[in-house]
Amino acid sequence: MKRRQVGSMRVNEHPILKFPEREKIAFIFEGKKVYGYQGDTIASALHALGVKTLSYSIKLHRPRGFYCAIGNCASCNMIVNGKPNVRTCITLLEPDMVVERQMDKGAIK
Amino acid sequence: MIQKELIIIGGGPSGLCAAKMAAEAGVSVLLCDRSLKLGGQLIKQTHKFFGSKAQYAKTRGFDIAKILIDDVIHHPMVEIMTEATVVGLYPDKVVTVYHNDTYIKYQAQTIIVATGASEKFLAFENNDLPGIYGAGAVQTLMNLYGVLPGQDIIMVGSGNIGLIVSYQLLQAGVNVKAIVEAAPTIGGYKVHASKIRRLGIPIMTQTTIQKAIGKEHLEAVELVSLDDKWQPISGTEKTMPIDALCISVGLSPMHQLLSMVNAKTKFIPELGGFVPVIDDHHQTTVEGIFACGDAVGIEEASSAMMEGYLTGLYVTKHLHKEHPEQQKLMEKYEYELNMLRNGPFGVKTKIGLEKLRRGETHAE
Repeated sequence: MKRRQVGSMRVNEHPILKFPEREKIAFIFEGKKVYGYQGDTIASALHALGVKTLSYSIKLHRPRGFYCAIGNCASCNMIVNGKPNVRTCITLLEPDMVVERQMDKGAIK
Repeated sequence: MIQKELIIIGGGPSGLCAAKMAAEAGVSVLLCDRSLKLGGQLIKQTHKFFGSKAQYAKTRGFDIAKILIDDVIHHPMVEIMTEATVVGLYPDKVVTVYHNDTYIKYQAQTIIVATGASEKFLAFENNDLPGIYGAGAVQTLMNLYGVLPGQDIIMVGSGNIGLIVSYQLLQAGVNVKAIVEAAPTIGGYKVHASKIRRLGIPIMTQTTIQKAIGKEHLEAVELVSLDDKWQPISGTEKTMPIDALCISVGLSPMHQLLSMVNAKTKFIPELGGFVPVIDDHHQTTVEGIFACGDAVGIEEASSAMMEGYLTGLYVTKHLHKEHPEQQKLMEKYEYELNMLRNGPFGVKTKIGLEKLRRGETHAE
């Protein structure tokens, strides 16, 4: 089996699956403009960019990453367009989304 | 309130199959799923299935999902809601669905809870570091979104999921350093283990993770050998640099919604943990609320499909309706489900089901 390109978290070649080129989507992560692809969830786009820490635990502020991918574990909860506790593993990435790491329980405004 | 004859919670294999049967019998169905797409965990499964024709043997998981979705998506009796999380279930069969930032209330005559399962976790130091994933999550990330979990990975657990996902990681180009297994023997099918071994991946039995090392994310793990009493042997610690760790130590049925309506549950280790007490027709101890698939006991997707078809038919009967082939199909799927459980890997399930039924009074 082929070793993939170093530095890229995207699957390039696969014996069974095809990942055709998709439209690029720009979004804002922690104040910076970054890119994902059409069809990505917020979490998959961030992971592909090498962003592993998605939130911090409420009491001890320990880093939290992607864990269950089914919207169950709350580890990937982030602030999206100002709204806290968005389950980024089951939320589709949309153009110009503003995504921030969540450090607390999040307040309902 | 919106009225529905049947609300199915969960659009995985069992939920989809239940929807098909009920819809064909003329039952109005609402199928809710919190994910972006229907199909449950089938949509990321690239391996071919075992079993017989009734369970789409030799077909890849994601292709089975397409078949099951096609069966219901255009059916006039089925309404489908994705990105719809059921957040409330009440004994009078009111269902609250969270969808598009709003809460929608439905009044159902019957409900099927087909919520599936969630991954179990493992206790060790620093087990919350980013870079430590559930095996199912890794499968989703790489097979559905085409994103790799890391460069170098260790798999914890040698059950079928651990073995299959390890192989899929290799296919995607990830360096699988080892599979570690606390038990003295490999948990999954020999055919999957042999495939892994032929590629030179060591399967280390009687070994576990002592701790994860890293500050912002995973950088290494410390492995340790276990003695015959499952105790760590000091002096056998070994540090391995990796940037991803995959946990595949089993699944727990998601019974939580059923607990909201006080359906009776029982702790059955053979079925994966707390499961609802159900009668022979998959009805829980709450009248009109049924459950099927992994939510009532961890098995393979093949069994979940058979249970789904059956539960769809049982609910139809409960609603005093009839599928055009009610009796024939009921016999067929009951036979198929039995066949699946008669294999060597069905032993655990059968013991679990026996325990679940023993000494229990059903629907009150």
